[in-house]
Amino acid sequence: MQVLVCIKRVPDTGARLELTADGQELDTRNLEFTVSPHEECAVEEAIRLVEAQGGSATVLSLGPEAAGEQIREALAKGIERGILLETDGGEWDPAATATAIVSAIEDEAFDLVLFGNESADAGNYQVGVRVAQALGWPCVTSVKQLELESAERALAKREVPGGWELYPLTLPAVVTVKEGINSPRHPSLRGIMTAKKKEIVRLKPEKSAAQLVKLGLKKPPEGRGQIQMLGEGTAAVPQIVAALKELGVL
Amino acid sequence: MIVVWIEDQGGKVTDAVWEALTMGRRLAQQMDQPLAALLAGAPEASGLTDQLKEYGVSRVWLTGDERLARWAPQAQARVLARLIEQERPQVVLAAATDRGNELLAYLAARLQLGLATNCTEVHPGDDFTVTRLRWGGSLLEEARLLSEPKLLTVALHVNAPEPQPAESFQIEQFVAQLEERDFIIQMSKMEESAHEGVSLAEAKVVVGGGRGVGNAEGFKSLEELAQLLGGAVGGSRVATNNGWRPHADQIGQTGAQIAPELYIACGISGAIQHVVGCKGAKNILVINKDPEAPFFARADYGVVGDLREVIPALVEAIRRERGD
Repeated sequence: MQVLVCIKRVPDTGARLELTADGQELDTRNLEFTVSPHEECAVEEAIRLVEAQGGSATVLSLGPEAAGEQIREALAKGIERGILLETDGGEWDPAATATAIVSAIEDEAFDLVLFGNESADAGNYQVGVRVAQALGWPCVTSVKQLELESAERALAKREVPGGWELYPLTLPAVVTVKEGINSPRHPSLRGIMTAKKKEIVRLKPEKSAAQLVKLGLKKPPEGRGQIQMLGEGTAAVPQIVAALKELGVL
Repeated sequence: MIVVWIEDQGGKVTDAVWEALTMGRRLAQQMDQPLAALLAGAPEASGLTDQLKEYGVSRVWLTGDERLARWAPQAQARVLARLIEQERPQVVLAAATDRGNELLAYLAARLQLGLATNCTEVHPGDDFTVTRLRWGGSLLEEARLLSEPKLLTVALHVNAPEPQPAESFQIEQFVAQLEERDFIIQMSKMEESAHEGVSLAEAKVVVGGGRGVGNAEGFKSLEELAQLLGGAVGGSRVATNNGWRPHADQIGQTGAQIAPELYIACGISGAIQHVVGCKGAKNILVINKDPEAPFFARADYGVVGDLREVIPALVEAIRRERGD
């Protein structure tokens, strides 16, 4: 089975987000880079599927040259091959991203294309669906369990309050996954060494016109007033009880 | 015309629908356009029409198509695409739920239009711009949406529902004309999981635990507290990744977004990924032994202390209070 997994390089944020002076980008000077938890799980799912079914897994990223790091990380975990759709680092809207991915994989013969449900930074929730529609393939989003029933049939499950929704699907297909579908592995030392020899195909995609144009970023209003400290340790318990009563939850 | 897609599950809707309708109604007033709604789901959804009128909807379409009772995003997108063709609305919007985001993505892909998800504000005019959530809500983006009609989803727990009845009201049938191939993806069935009390999404009180809880065992006292308050237990990404809680209990950007009256966060430092999941909480009480924990800067109430001492003592005090 041939599996493609698409990932996006994003800053690894901690407890604070700072913007650049022009309000256009996140200030990443003190930040590391990573991919979103959903995408880490998509990479893991691709590796597991190939381990179980045979075949090969490919990782693709659209982003700046530095996104090669995130591709290399996926290769170190067990993906065989990388494709970098190299951009100048500017913003690509979901339609342009999907178009570039589709034109890069048109000549390949993937059975399954995996995405994270949404990227950590832009959170547009649509690149996977757009790729599926362009390829004429079925797509299930928000997937937290994926079972392969045969070479052509799979069962995708979504977790909702109160249970699981079941979606049978025919391959080739696009599936967007959520964190929780598996526990991603860490790369082994051996994996890191072999990854250095694996191939990364570098392409320069054409950027189609954006329909959603970013004008700038801003911080949301905090919305909470001054914090009321209720005390320290168990001595605070009477004040907590009083606060619970005041809020009407006790 | 502004069209709001109404997500129903067996004739029931969540607050997200009323939030989306509230944004739709304000937009309709600003643009001097009528507000309409599409109920494409189960036939029993027709029981909702009175409520839609209360939220300012003057025209409702029902498909009454049995086949749409089980979720089929491509078929739903087809219905909306037909409606767009027939009625030429200026804006189509849905709540930014899993299904709402999915449906509008299908619609946008089918019609090759732009889509702005998770919008908190919409500014119509010659230049149609939106404010939308980024990083799960820790940043806001101003963006321009170029294509017509405008497709957008409304961020959850941001704008409170506000009814304002419509002056006139009419209900129409909309013949979906769906084909077999529109159902290429459809939910085949729902597997119900064992009921475990109040759900995170609906709970009035949520007790959350993070790294400070230490292990699965440590959640026992949090569960006791939640039970006493009629609430639900959740966890940070650390708690779910370590297997202390099932992944479904994760509160955060890649988990559940909660909006209780009170969120009691125990041993959680306050990483962005977590904080954006509880922004909708009316009140937040943070209990952490580290006075420097960043979560204190985003809370309403704070206790500096070890949760392993504070929570059991609090449970004890509440029991005494109730005379147990």
